[in-house]
Amino acid sequence: MPTPLVEMRNMQKAFGGIRAVDRVSIDLYAGEVVGVLGHNGAGKSVLMKMLSGALPRDAGEILINGQPAIINNPRDARRYNIETIYQTLALADNLDAGANLFLGRELVTPLGFVDDVRMESETRKILARLNPNFRKFKEPVKALSGGQRQSVAIARAVYFNAKILIMDEPTAALGPQETAMVAELIQELKAQGLGIFLIDHDIHQVKAMCDRAHVMKNGQLVGTVTVADVTEDDILGMIIAGKKPESLVA
Amino acid sequence: MSDAAHAPAEAPKKGMLASLEIDTRLLGMVGAFVVLCLGFDLLTDGRFLTPRNVFNLTIQTVSVAIMAAGMVFVIVLRHIDLSVGALLATCSAIMAMAQTVILPQMLGLGLGHPAIAPLAIAIGLASGALIGAFHGWLIGYLTIPAFIVTLGGLLVWRNVAWHLTGGQTIGPLDARFQTFGGINGTLGETASWVLGVLMVLGALWGIWRARHNKRSHGFPVKPLWAEAVLGIVTAAAILGFVALLNAYEVPAARLQRAFVARGEVMPEGFTAGYGLPISVVVLLVVAIVMTVVARRTRFGRYVFAAGGNPDAAELSGINTRLLTVKVFALMGFLCALSAVVASARQTFHSNDIGTLDELRVIAAAVIGGTALSGGIGTIYGAILGALIMQSLQSGMAMVGVDAPYQNIVVGTVLVTAVLIDIIYRRRTGAV
Repeated sequence: MPTPLVEMRNMQKAFGGIRAVDRVSIDLYAGEVVGVLGHNGAGKSVLMKMLSGALPRDAGEILINGQPAIINNPRDARRYNIETIYQTLALADNLDAGANLFLGRELVTPLGFVDDVRMESETRKILARLNPNFRKFKEPVKALSGGQRQSVAIARAVYFNAKILIMDEPTAALGPQETAMVAELIQELKAQGLGIFLIDHDIHQVKAMCDRAHVMKNGQLVGTVTVADVTEDDILGMIIAGKKPESLVA
Repeated sequence: MSDAAHAPAEAPKKGMLASLEIDTRLLGMVGAFVVLCLGFDLLTDGRFLTPRNVFNLTIQTVSVAIMAAGMVFVIVLRHIDLSVGALLATCSAIMAMAQTVILPQMLGLGLGHPAIAPLAIAIGLASGALIGAFHGWLIGYLTIPAFIVTLGGLLVWRNVAWHLTGGQTIGPLDARFQTFGGINGTLGETASWVLGVLMVLGALWGIWRARHNKRSHGFPVKPLWAEAVLGIVTAAAILGFVALLNAYEVPAARLQRAFVARGEVMPEGFTAGYGLPISVVVLLVVAIVMTVVARRTRFGRYVFAAGGNPDAAELSGINTRLLTVKVFALMGFLCALSAVVASARQTFHSNDIGTLDELRVIAAAVIGGTALSGGIGTIYGAILGALIMQSLQSGMAMVGVDAPYQNIVVGTVLVTAVLIDIIYRRRTGAV
């Protein structure tokens, strides 16, 4: 058995008296897409935010390639090549695509000034691959459609050679064609050896794209299944009832 | 514009204005400013646009304009600073005490020592930056709203200034220090021309560099004629401004005194123009540096990003708390710089210096297109805003409008300007 790319052990996070994440342990291997499933409020986003550094953990341990990792803020996460596509996309609406793509990691000239022309050039290259219809490089991203904004957020995550990718409902705002494009991209990134956590509500999507799935309910891990071994109904049952299907309990 | 990526060679035909790629909002402001000036000039029988009045107008604008440049950053970051006038007073008091009491007497340099002015200014600037950083720490790390911190600051620093001076007027200030005030420190005609020409060359170089840089990446560039128009207009504006200030002649009696002081005799028919005031040069430097900071540095980029979406900035690994400290420290530094100009202009520190400046500064930034919702604003807009406010005020004074009515007009103009801005943004879909 190879070492997992990511291992989260006994993760805990409480807000006031509510245990949003209660002693959850999950893992992720390289070249694998793992779904993180559950109802709203199940704790999946909070769990992922502890990995991306957006939320500090109360307790628990994160191991990257078997080594304990210290992740207290998004800067730390980036050092471990963890990239996140947030559900809200986390774009600065008043800046253009290039400025958003390189936000926090600007390309600079030898004198240390931001190099907008070079950043635009790089942005054009990567977006030509992800979304060939993308044209609005000069406009603030506020002026872009949902799909175009999503392209910028995805481009930002993949441009910097992510090894671990967290996608929080990446297709929620997209039409069928764009959804298919994202699905294709996920397969491509997987083939390149990235480990991907996919938070999604769409069971079809999960069934089609994921290798394994961690199911959560009320802050606790219901169980982990290999997607090929179960039916969509099995997964739905876990999400709703919070119990592993009989056939798998043995 | 949207298909530019496909056909960089044959850019689609555009209107003349679009080809120039000038911010239409800026154009509107410049237009309003020109109309304002011509209107006042007409009403005052040509007394408004004389070299003397333009000179006075510019030196009156400098203090507010310098602070407005900093206020743009503060407002873009979704904060506000109500303490700038009070902070100006404290810095002014510190510098006044330093140059009249502490340095000459307590440290024994003696009045008129050449080191006094630079030392006093350094102390003032450091104090301003430090106090600003303290505000920023309270806001960024202790998460007290900027409105409250700086409202408290307004009361505190106004009266710290009073405490430092015992409420007295402190003056006269050091002679070298006074050169930052305006009339007592100008470049003279030759140096003004040299500086004007250097600025023109700098502007042309900037235009050429931008074009060259875009070319090298295969991006579409403006048509040559548009670049030429832009270059010519810029050059004409700079040189015209220099010519106007050079045309303001130093009074004969004053020249006479200067010659006598040097033990020489003034030649018959000798005249000299004032040229650019040093305070205006200071403002120009602030404007250029702040614009470069806003557009070409990571710090500036982060201020705009955090103003546009604080969460996104935080998730992108930007330390928004430290950013807040830096922005307020910069604001404090610029308040101190304004304090140098303001107190040097009146040649003494007075207890009421900078009173109500916070409102003028915020109004200048807002008229200049800075959105209180954050993320949007330009330095040149804020400086133009300050110039419009000052022109309005001094124009009305020249026409003979009573002070209470002046304030009614200024208040109305502020609100109307913001309304026009909102309508403009909605129409153009600009953010």
